[in-house]
Amino acid sequence: MKRDTRCWQLSGHWVGRVGLLASRGAFELPLSGESVPAGFPSPAEEYLETPLDLNAYVAPRPEATFFVRASGDSMIGAGIYHDDILVVDRSQQPQQGNVVIAFLDGEFTVKRLARSCDGDLVLAPENPEFSPILLTPETDFEIWGVVRHVIHKV
Amino acid sequence: MTEYALIDCNNFYASCERAFRPDLRNRPIVVLSNNDGCIIARSNEVKALGIEMGIPYFKCKAQLDRQGVTAFSSNYTLYGDMSARVMRVLQRFCPAVEMYSIDEAFVDLTGVPGGALAFSRHLKATVENWTGIPVSIGIGATKTLAKVANRFAKKESRCRGVFDLIRSPEPDRVLRWTDIGDVWGIGRRHAKRLRSFDVQTAFDFKQLSRDWVKRKMTVTGLHTLLELRGFPCHEFAAGPVPKKTIVSSRSFGHPVTRLEHLLEATAQYCTRAAEKLRRQKSVTSTVLVFLETNTFKPGQPQYSNTMSIPLQVSTAHTPTLIRAAQSGIDHIYREGYAFKKCGVILSGLEPVNGRWLSLLDLPPDAHDRHAPIMEAMDTCNARWGRDTLKFAAVGINGSWRMKRELCSQRYTTAWKELLVVKA
Repeated sequence: MKRDTRCWQLSGHWVGRVGLLASRGAFELPLSGESVPAGFPSPAEEYLETPLDLNAYVAPRPEATFFVRASGDSMIGAGIYHDDILVVDRSQQPQQGNVVIAFLDGEFTVKRLARSCDGDLVLAPENPEFSPILLTPETDFEIWGVVRHVIHKV
Repeated sequence: MTEYALIDCNNFYASCERAFRPDLRNRPIVVLSNNDGCIIARSNEVKALGIEMGIPYFKCKAQLDRQGVTAFSSNYTLYGDMSARVMRVLQRFCPAVEMYSIDEAFVDLTGVPGGALAFSRHLKATVENWTGIPVSIGIGATKTLAKVANRFAKKESRCRGVFDLIRSPEPDRVLRWTDIGDVWGIGRRHAKRLRSFDVQTAFDFKQLSRDWVKRKMTVTGLHTLLELRGFPCHEFAAGPVPKKTIVSSRSFGHPVTRLEHLLEATAQYCTRAAEKLRRQKSVTSTVLVFLETNTFKPGQPQYSNTMSIPLQVSTAHTPTLIRAAQSGIDHIYREGYAFKKCGVILSGLEPVNGRWLSLLDLPPDAHDRHAPIMEAMDTCNARWGRDTLKFAAVGINGSWRMKRELCSQRYTTAWKELLVVKA
C-alpha cells in the first residue's frame, strides 16, 4: 500500500489528513510515527511491510462474512456477552464443536454444535442456567453460519 | 472456442430479503418501487398466485394481505451489498468476470479444471453457501447462447439450476423451446414483427438468412443471429462502460408545494449524481433540472418544466452543481402546484483526464482546485457511511423524502441494524 508520510506532518492540512485516515484499512498500525527530515533517506524504508489489517485477520473471506449482534446470556462460557458483535463466516462448513448461528423455530440463536452423552446432536448453551436444545430429525432448523470471532467492548 | 457462462441470481431482491429471513423461504414476497409505489420484484410463489409485475401497491394490498404475501420497500443499500458479495465470490474463482447488472454476470469458463459443467455446479453451491443467494448458471458458446441456457436452467427443474448448452446432445431443441421474445437483444417491437413473419422461437430466427435479418433489423439483429449460430459478436467487457448521462430523481413521499423543499431535494439529487460522476472519473458540462406535478391526478392543476444550465467549466464539484441546479429550479418553480417529482440530469460528460479545454477557459488548475476536498468527502462517506458529511443545502429532515414504510434492516452496512441472534 502506498503511503504518504508527508501528510502526517502537515498538521494544518486537515483535508488531506481526513482523507488519508479514511482511506486506510479499518484498523492499521502505522509502522513509524517519526518524522523524516527532507532529503535524508529513511533507514526504515527497505523494511516497510504492509500494516496489520484487522479485517484480514477476522474476515479473510469478506464476501462470506456477516456481522450479527448477540442478545442474551446463554453463551457467557464461550465469551459471548449481551450486545457483543459476532463475526460469522458462511463459507465455513459447520463442524461439531463450532459455535454456530442456527435458525430454529422462527428465530436466530447462537449456540455450540455438540453431541450429548447419548450421542444426539444438540445446540448447547455455555451457561449452566440454560438447557441444551436437542436436534432430532423432526426439528425444523438450519445452520446459517459459523461464528469465528467475538467483538466485545471492554 | 470460448465458453461463456451467465450467472443469474434467482429473484434477486426477494432472495436478499430471505437471506436474513429464513422464515420467508418458500413463502410469497414482493418488493415495491420507491415510495412503495408498484410491485417491482416477485418471488416464484407470488408469480404462481398470478400477481402481475408493476401493479400499484395500493391496488393490490388487500389481495396481498389476504394471500399472506410479505411486502418490502426496496432496500437498495442491502441489495447493492449482496450483489457485491456475489460478484466477489465469482471473481475469486473465475478467470474473468463481467458484471452485467446488479444480479447477473458473464464469466469466461474456457478450459476450467474439471470442465465447465462440474465447475459451474460447484460455483453455484459456493455462491449460495457463502452469500445465501441462489443462482442459476447457463453455459454457451456465445453470450446470447449462455442467456438461452440460463433461462432453460431456471425454468426446467431437472437442470437443478445449471445447464450446459455447449455439450447438450440436442441444442436445437432448447432453441425451439425458447420464445423469440426471450432472446437477448430482441426487443418487444422486433419480437412482434418477427412473429408476424412466423418466427416464433430462437430456432426459427437462427434459420433466417443473414441478408434478410440485416435488412429488417440492422446490424444489432445480425449480431444476435450470429451469436445464436455460435459466433461470438459481443466481446467480453472488462469493466463498466462510463455513462454518458447521469440521472438522479425521485418521486416525493408526499406532494411538495414549497420552493424550499424542492431546493433541498434538488441539492440531495445533485449530491448523489456528483458522487456517481466522480466515481466514474468524469466531469459534467451541463446540469439539467426538471420538476413535474402528478399527471395521474385529474382535476389538479398540472405543470411541468425543465431547464438546462450550461457550466462555464466542466466540473464534478458538488457545491457548484448544487448552485447551478438550484438556480434552475428557482427559475422554473411556480407557486400553487403540488409537485410529485423533481430531478437532476448531468450531461455532456467527459473523462476528467481527457477533457477538452478551450482558450476562454479558466487555467487548467482551476478545474482541479476543488478535487481534494471532494475526494476527502467521498472517502469519509465511503468509510463511515453515506451522508456522514453532507451539504447543508440538503436540509435536515425534509418532508419530501421517500416513503419506505416496509423497509427491512440494512443488515450489512449499518451497525445499528445488524441481525440480532438470541444467545
